[in-house]
Amino acid sequence: MLKAHQLRFQFANSAPLLRALSLTLNAGQWLGLSGDSGAGKSTLGKLLAGYLAPQTGAVTLDGAALPKSGVQPVQWLPQSPELAVNPRWRVGKILREAWTPSDAQCQAFGVQPSWLSRFPQSLSGGELQRVCVLRALAPEVRFLVADEISTMLDPITQLELWQALKREAEQRQLGVLVISHDSALLERLCPQRLHLSDGQLTSI
Amino acid sequence: MRLTLTNRNTQPRLRAAFSLGVAVLLVAGLIASQWLLGDAAQQMQFDARLAPPSVDHWLGTDALGRELWARTLAGLALSFWVGCLAALLSTLIALSLATLATLSARLDALVSLLIDTLLSVPHLILLMLIAFALGGGTQAVIIAVAVTHWPSLARVLRAELLQLRQAPYVRISRALGKSRWFVLHGHLLPHLLPHCLVGALLLFPHAILHEAALTFLGFGLSPSQPAIGVLLADAMRYLSGGYWWLGVFPGLGLLLMVLGFERLSSRLRSAL
Repeated sequence: MLKAHQLRFQFANSAPLLRALSLTLNAGQWLGLSGDSGAGKSTLGKLLAGYLAPQTGAVTLDGAALPKSGVQPVQWLPQSPELAVNPRWRVGKILREAWTPSDAQCQAFGVQPSWLSRFPQSLSGGELQRVCVLRALAPEVRFLVADEISTMLDPITQLELWQALKREAEQRQLGVLVISHDSALLERLCPQRLHLSDGQLTSI
Repeated sequence: MRLTLTNRNTQPRLRAAFSLGVAVLLVAGLIASQWLLGDAAQQMQFDARLAPPSVDHWLGTDALGRELWARTLAGLALSFWVGCLAALLSTLIALSLATLATLSARLDALVSLLIDTLLSVPHLILLMLIAFALGGGTQAVIIAVAVTHWPSLARVLRAELLQLRQAPYVRISRALGKSRWFVLHGHLLPHLLPHCLVGALLLFPHAILHEAALTFLGFGLSPSQPAIGVLLADAMRYLSGGYWWLGVFPGLGLLLMVLGFERLSSRLRSAL
């Protein structure tokens, strides 16, 4: 169980973004998170994945703090896949940075063998996002924070990506926090949805 | 539109490749000349002392009748090696300290303090002190130039590393369980290599100029070596007598070499 307890966070010289915010994400649960731009959705996602440290409160996994080394059990998937990959590495090296997905897994996410020898600049945003999602699914991973990962994709690619992720998450009982502005998408994917406003979460 | 974009992208690379080709040829010629000339720079002709430029003595001769063109070439070759080694050593110091600065906030503060301190002291004074303390000679000049020239490059590399450390792909790599060492050599250093190359090339003309200045002031290479600084210092004694070629040709050679490498580094910077 991934739990955020009484998180408070503010960037330097600005008003508090998150105020005493609590959240629980269970294994196998799909939780939707919406909110206006600048409400702190991505910041919350980064706090849950350990990319940022809260001023007060804590993020725990099964009651313990997130590990400091090794493959993190909570992985953050950013909106722009172009920034999430080393532009000097070939796609094959990027994909196998933490683990080696099987051919069946590559096929399930639509990652073509011909992409592996190419550089990320030669792939489209959608193609690169599939690579990034698959890269994040190392065996040690138990929770995913999908931060607007399908915003820049066409509807068909979006559907394929979410279907593949849904199958994988069901098989492995992965907990997924889906951050999006698209309320229709959140409705389709997540039985439980939250809205972030004024640093507080409300249930939809 | 596509053609225009392609031209814009390839032109700086073509220019840089051309400059690099010319530089390699000139340097190869300089090195080959030393091998072909042997000890021509030291051969004295007492019947042709202080001879002006002519068909027999292309760039004239010095007070001991030594051919100035051979001495200028030998001086430039010597300056090239000193500049090369000093720039390389300087770049290594800059890269090591910039990497060290990214390890912790305390080390970063320490490296920043060191950079600011060194930048606040005039180069030449520090150069003279270090070269004097090390007893002069080629080795002392190389160490003095290397130790005093790294701060500006270290500052650039440190800023680049600090920015790059926050890049999403670097953070993700850490989250995927990769060690600091892996991130450093897998993600950060390859990104810094072009900066190091351009930085070293920009340091090179500075290093040559400071080596010549140090030698000219008597703190650098031995007066027996045909270094450009030695030639210029010798020329000073004869300038009032109208022996202009003693200073003009070695000075011009040094100027052309410095300008050439300055141009090469700026073209490489645009291309990379």
